[in-house]
Amino acid sequence: MIYKKYASPKNFYPLAGRLIPWLGVLTVLLLAVGLYWGLFVAPTDYQQGESYRIIFLHVPSAWMSMFVYVIMAAAGALGLTWKTKLAEVLASACAPIGASFTLVTLVTGSIWGKPMWGTWWVWDARLTSELILLFLYIGFMALEASIEEPRRAARAAAVLALVGVVNIPIIHFSVEWWNTLHQPASVSKLGAPSIHPSMLVPLLMMFIGFKLYFATVVLMRMRYAILEREKHTRWVAEVVGTKAQ
Amino acid sequence: MTSSSLFVAVRCVFVRDVTVALRRSTDVLTPLVFFIIVGSLFPLGVGPEPNLLSTMAPGVIWVAALLATMLSLSRLFANDYADGTLEQLTLTPHPLTTLVLAKIMAHWLLTGLPLVLISPLLALQLNFQYENMGILVASLLLGTPVLSLIGSVGAALTLGLRGGGVLLSLLVLPLYTPVLIFGAGAVSTHALGMDVEAHLSLLAALLVLSVIFTPWVTAIALRISLD
Repeated sequence: MIYKKYASPKNFYPLAGRLIPWLGVLTVLLLAVGLYWGLFVAPTDYQQGESYRIIFLHVPSAWMSMFVYVIMAAAGALGLTWKTKLAEVLASACAPIGASFTLVTLVTGSIWGKPMWGTWWVWDARLTSELILLFLYIGFMALEASIEEPRRAARAAAVLALVGVVNIPIIHFSVEWWNTLHQPASVSKLGAPSIHPSMLVPLLMMFIGFKLYFATVVLMRMRYAILEREKHTRWVAEVVGTKAQ
Repeated sequence: MTSSSLFVAVRCVFVRDVTVALRRSTDVLTPLVFFIIVGSLFPLGVGPEPNLLSTMAPGVIWVAALLATMLSLSRLFANDYADGTLEQLTLTPHPLTTLVLAKIMAHWLLTGLPLVLISPLLALQLNFQYENMGILVASLLLGTPVLSLIGSVGAALTLGLRGGGVLLSLLVLPLYTPVLIFGAGAVSTHALGMDVEAHLSLLAALLVLSVIFTPWVTAIALRISLD
């Protein structure tokens, strides 16, 4: 019931507006504490020294780059099957955020790789598949931008996102399937993590912080997109009109 | 609806596409010439050192095949879209997925297969070892249909868009990478004297998966583009 109510852009818009400040404050808190803990409090790694600390940016953004893609594809599928406007808006709001997370992952990974592996870039499976993820995001945005009519754009882009979903398991399992330079996962959900709690806690804080950041920004982007799409309706005129006074 | 009438429809689409393409023979020849030219640019760019060329040959041939296929993709639906044939196809009682598959087969017959047949020539130019020729042709035979199949999705999505050609490459090339990796990988692995069964099996798996899924996705994309 409640899903049906808030799936309508008219009801979703004020709800998102109420959620954004709370999410924003939580994001800033978590990121501030997590970054401080990770960069100053957490102990130095016995193998990698201080340079391992980039893990607190690199790993959460790598997780997010895949997570956002899955959300984007799932929203695209919802939009395709049930023609839900909100799902289409969500999918298109995800793309630039996911692309930025992917770019951050590649850049931080490359900065981390220079002291550890002695090179900025290697063509191993995980790096390559992450690079392809960036291309998929860019393709999604380019396709959406080149189609004038928003609904057709959203549906075409959703098809592309769903085709690209095959890349996600490849990225995830690349370190297990192929022998690569990239180190295997240190944190797994089910098994015991091979990382000390003093490092794991700030890492998880950063992870939740990144998730909340995504939620905040995606809601903000969705609000703008809803206003743009619904600009001919009366409720948008009212919202914009009252703001202008 | 009997199965024989579906078969007739598929044959009809296939024969029509091949006939139309052969009437515009330059359209069929251009990707082939492009393939040879791209392959010939590499020795000029990296230098004519024979050992270097023979190690690079599988990758160069595969990349050239990828690009040549991609350039030919616009032919798949664009003309039919412009003259309204495509719209008529969606109105037939037959499943669009099957008709799309027929169109893709016709496209491969006139783009992929000629590339496969001409590839030994390019391979010789690149000082490729003669004993590896069989595996090169086999990998291309398995891989080029996948290129046509995956490409059809991109061609359907970019139908009728301005600047569709560049956009198409942006959409399709990232999806082509697995084919490139396993295709060129098979040839280089064989050149090193190792077993290539894994690479060829993976290529065949990609072919099976894309035969099953891509015509269906392309049909969905076509309906979106024709809306």
